[in-house]
Amino acid sequence: MKLKTRGDRTYQVVINSLAVLIGLITLYPLIYTLSASLSQPIHILSGNVVLWPVEMTLNSYRRVFASADILNGYRNTIIYSFSGTLLNVILTIMAAYPLSLPDLKGKNFVTFLITFTMFFSGGMIPSFINVKNLGLMNSPLAIILPGAINATNMLLLRNYFINSVPGDLREAASIDGCSPFATMTQIILPLSKSILAVITLYYFVGHWNSYFEAMMYIRNKDLYPLQVLLRQILLLSQMGDMSEQMGVDDMNTMLIYASLKYAIIVVSAVPLLIIYPMVQRFFEKGIMMGSIKG
Amino acid sequence: MNRRNTWKKAMGKYWQMYMLLIPVIVYYIVFKYVPMMGVQIAFKNFKFRSGIWGSDWVGLKHFERFFSSYSSLNIIWNTLYLGFMSLLFSFPIPIILALLVNEIHSPRLKKGLQTITYAPHFVSTIVVVGMLMAMCSPSTGIINKILIKLGLISEPLYLMASAKYFRPMYIISGIWKDGGWNAIIFISALSAISVEMYEAAEVDGANRWQQLIKITLPSIVPTIVIMLILEAGKVLSIGFEKVYAMQTDLNLTVSEVISTYTYKIGLEDLEYDYATAIGLFNSVVSLFLLLMVNSISKRVTETSLF
Repeated sequence: MKLKTRGDRTYQVVINSLAVLIGLITLYPLIYTLSASLSQPIHILSGNVVLWPVEMTLNSYRRVFASADILNGYRNTIIYSFSGTLLNVILTIMAAYPLSLPDLKGKNFVTFLITFTMFFSGGMIPSFINVKNLGLMNSPLAIILPGAINATNMLLLRNYFINSVPGDLREAASIDGCSPFATMTQIILPLSKSILAVITLYYFVGHWNSYFEAMMYIRNKDLYPLQVLLRQILLLSQMGDMSEQMGVDDMNTMLIYASLKYAIIVVSAVPLLIIYPMVQRFFEKGIMMGSIKG
Repeated sequence: MNRRNTWKKAMGKYWQMYMLLIPVIVYYIVFKYVPMMGVQIAFKNFKFRSGIWGSDWVGLKHFERFFSSYSSLNIIWNTLYLGFMSLLFSFPIPIILALLVNEIHSPRLKKGLQTITYAPHFVSTIVVVGMLMAMCSPSTGIINKILIKLGLISEPLYLMASAKYFRPMYIISGIWKDGGWNAIIFISALSAISVEMYEAAEVDGANRWQQLIKITLPSIVPTIVIMLILEAGKVLSIGFEKVYAMQTDLNLTVSEVISTYTYKIGLEDLEYDYATAIGLFNSVVSLFLLLMVNSISKRVTETSLF
């Protein structure tokens, strides 16, 4: 579209300025966090850090990486996220592909079985009792298994198979003597890389950021994922503020916590913030293909 | 006989596909439907030794207890109010953002704005609350320092540790985290509108405002309605994670919602049966809300989930 009139140009300037403004507001907390993590703690407390780091230092990061608990939590999170996502994606494909076949008998019943759980569930306590009865308490499996398939993601993938993979392709493959399983693994899945990338990211983000399951099911400190540790550190720093209100003043601890918090936040959030732009171009396409009613 | 034959045929052709579905069905039974059976303890006096099926029935005792206590009404009110306010303020933001993105001509600016506004979605709830607490701290937080410097306030505000600011902080941080992300569905709906419609409108002399009102908005109304139905179903099931993370003793009067209360009754006080009853009440009302909004929308806009 060409910009013809002066009115059009003014309009575009207003739109662009709004876009930049919204971008800056959204970005500010992230930039501030990064800057604070790199500044001398005293400048955070005194409010000198506004946008850029003041008196750059990597001390907080040294402290973060010197903590055995945090490194261990990091390792746990990586293990849970990768293994959990692998299981998620495999099971989601195992559900979505068969259910996308137009002539598979019984698929409506299975689809109903799955969709129903989106609208009604046993709830927090019955799920907890279930995990306990299965003997999964204090096991990483309690974090990975209960959410092994997300119904929304399953439907997204199924709809993608229905809407954007031509049925002729399957028939041609079957005439050539390809079994349904070989058709799926060798023809259909390679054609669905974009939606698979999106779903993999969704699951991975879910695992990386969740704390609820671990908080409920894991008692052993060595098995804590990063988010549970983060929660404890946050509660501690909150204590810092409260002890200050109460007139207790331990300047040294406060100083250390002031920048440590920000460094931990950066360390925990950076992996995802690096990964998602790589998959970003698939977001809209994947959602559009998956959301057309099938 | 005929029926059995078609099944035989289907099994012959698709036996591999049924093999794939077996673990899926087992998963759903073990992790979704067995807990659903567990809901019966809402009507029982649950004892671990007797198990879910062996415990004695007590009728509606737990529900009566919930509705007769004063704090329960407060908790239901907190849940509804927070859910409704979140919906009211958070729902329009992604739509407005999507319209803005749609109007940007420069591909670089467009992609840049999307990348930036999606970013907070990838930050965990714990970290968002952690950032809130750090940045809003009355003694060291940057927000108070800026507000004081600008002369808007003279004394620091206890933004995180007071009942007064809990709801605004919850809603604003929610918009920051997911406003951009939730725009994706509207952006993709907008990109599906054909350019010819706008060209025809331009030939007819429609200005930008008229194009927005007559073409753009009507085209995404079905998407808006579907999202609204889904969100309305969630009004009562306010997410546990964020509220729980933001809770302090000082804001408990407004921040105790049904899910956090269920957690405390069930997993801290170990009253499994009573907590399950509260949870069941919550899911039934949520389901009812969803169905109600769905049927209203079916009649008014002819768009519905089912």
